[in-house]
Amino acid sequence: MPQVSLTVNGTQHTVEVENRTLLVELLREKIGLTGTHVGCDTSQCGACVVHVDGTSVKSCTMLAVQAEGANVTTIEGLAAADGTLHPMQEMFREHHALQCGFCTPGMVMSAIDLVQSHPEGLSEHQIREGLEGNLCRCTGYHNIVKAIAAAWPLMHGKTMPAAAE
Amino acid sequence: MYDFAYQKPGSVADAVKALAADPEAKALAGGMTLIPVLKQRLNHPSVVVDLAKTGLSGITAGAGSVTIGAMTTHAAVAASAEVRRIIPALAALAGGIGDEQVRHRGTIGGSLANDDPAADYPAAALALGATITTNKRAIAADDFFQGMFTTALEADEIITSVTFPAPAAANYQKFRNPASRYAIVGVFVARFPAGVRVAVTGAGQGGVFRHAAMEAALSANFSPDAIAAVTTPAGDMNSDIHASAEYRAHLVGVMARRAVAAAS
Ligand SMILES: Cc1cc2nc3c(=O)[nH]c(=O)nc-3n(C[C@H](O)[C@H](O)[C@H](O)COP(=O)(O)OP(=O)(O)OC[C@H]3O[C@@H](n4cnc5c(N)ncnc54)[C@H](O)[C@@H]3O)c2cc1C
Ligand code: FES
Ligand code: FES
Repeated sequence: MPQVSLTVNGTQHTVEVENRTLLVELLREKIGLTGTHVGCDTSQCGACVVHVDGTSVKSCTMLAVQAEGANVTTIEGLAAADGTLHPMQEMFREHHALQCGFCTPGMVMSAIDLVQSHPEGLSEHQIREGLEGNLCRCTGYHNIVKAIAAAWPLMHGKTMPAAAE
Repeated sequence: MYDFAYQKPGSVADAVKALAADPEAKALAGGMTLIPVLKQRLNHPSVVVDLAKTGLSGITAGAGSVTIGAMTTHAAVAASAEVRRIIPALAALAGGIGDEQVRHRGTIGGSLANDDPAADYPAAALALGATITTNKRAIAADDFFQGMFTTALEADEIITSVTFPAPAAANYQKFRNPASRYAIVGVFVARFPAGVRVAVTGAGQGGVFRHAAMEAALSANFSPDAIAAVTTPAGDMNSDIHASAEYRAHLVGVMARRAVAAAS
């Protein structure tokens, strides 16, 4: 059986997989990290978003064997060892950016990549566009957008400049 | 998903060898089309040949052109300072494909090889008169696209790069499907000293096509008014749950006028 070696949330794993095993199946079924969700068959909902080498990707649309040697971060890898939440998680809680919570792991992973890749600041419009790959059936997105805007200063350690679009 | 063998060759030559050795082998680039297709069991390759380690990613600015490696992601094209400087419309098009996560993985080579009738890159390649370079030859965009999901590529042929000549002005306007973000109708207009080229995606029954009547009118007078009276026969248009043929024919005119106005 093929083997994949990769780092997940800082821990090295070597796992037996089939070539057709998806990265999300490796995470959920082989490593037991069920925080990453599967919400669709069409690569559209974003519930499965994780970071591969620092970039947000849909783990339902990547083969586990493609992640050989990669550094993967899932929702479980965000909080500090003492349980302190990542600022994005904290702001999702503070701004009530979730209802059923199904989309939340993917939303948070996409949101962190979005904030990290926009050190120049983010407008509300850019946040909404940046979430195009994540569907939420509960919140109407409004509080998610607020939470992301609120997380930007915490993640960059300064107030957000008025974003130039 | 059916299972398959998997190879990750370290060079284009080895990837070509793997594809040539087995008629049921399939190349894998970003996987943003191939993996959903495999999940639906619409395709059953014997071997998946991953191009990730073939060194085909990167962007080079030439004299009056830009060359993009086949494995370059949509996100990298959208963010490239060279592409933004030389052909801003191409960077904008790449930034409008799918969503952030699709753009992080999906590649220009995969998009062109796939030739989805609603994909964006085919419109850019055709309107800009791009040259598609493979391991075997250079193919003009005019000869490359041969109807929906059909290209000039042979089974053991890999796109290695795409070269886009810099236009004097260009713009792409897409009326997108709000769910998938694919084009219901997309029009790419490119103005060169020798004339104007107009390519339409999403609309035609035969996939991406050049709009000869609009090209003639715009080459004579590059303004939205010049094509106000140019019609598009609905009989050649696609009709599906998203839009009727008549509506698509109408949208071709609207998107083309917007593109010309934005490019002027
Ligand atoms: C949710 C979603 C939304 C999308 N929205 C859009 C959109 O708005 N506009 C749009 O244009 N596209 C869209 N796409 C498609 C996306 O752009 C794909 O990335 C692209 O069509 C295929 O590129 P890929 O690198 O993922 O190729 P893959 O899926 O890996 O491969 C696609 C095909 O091309 C072949 N191939 C790949 N690379 C090469 C090569 N170098 N030489 C020869 N053959 C090759 C493969 O064998 C396969 O048959 C969307 C996809 C998803 C999942
Ligand atoms: S599960 Fe829906 S995009 Fe991955
Ligand atoms: S909170 Fe329920 S789907 Fe987003």
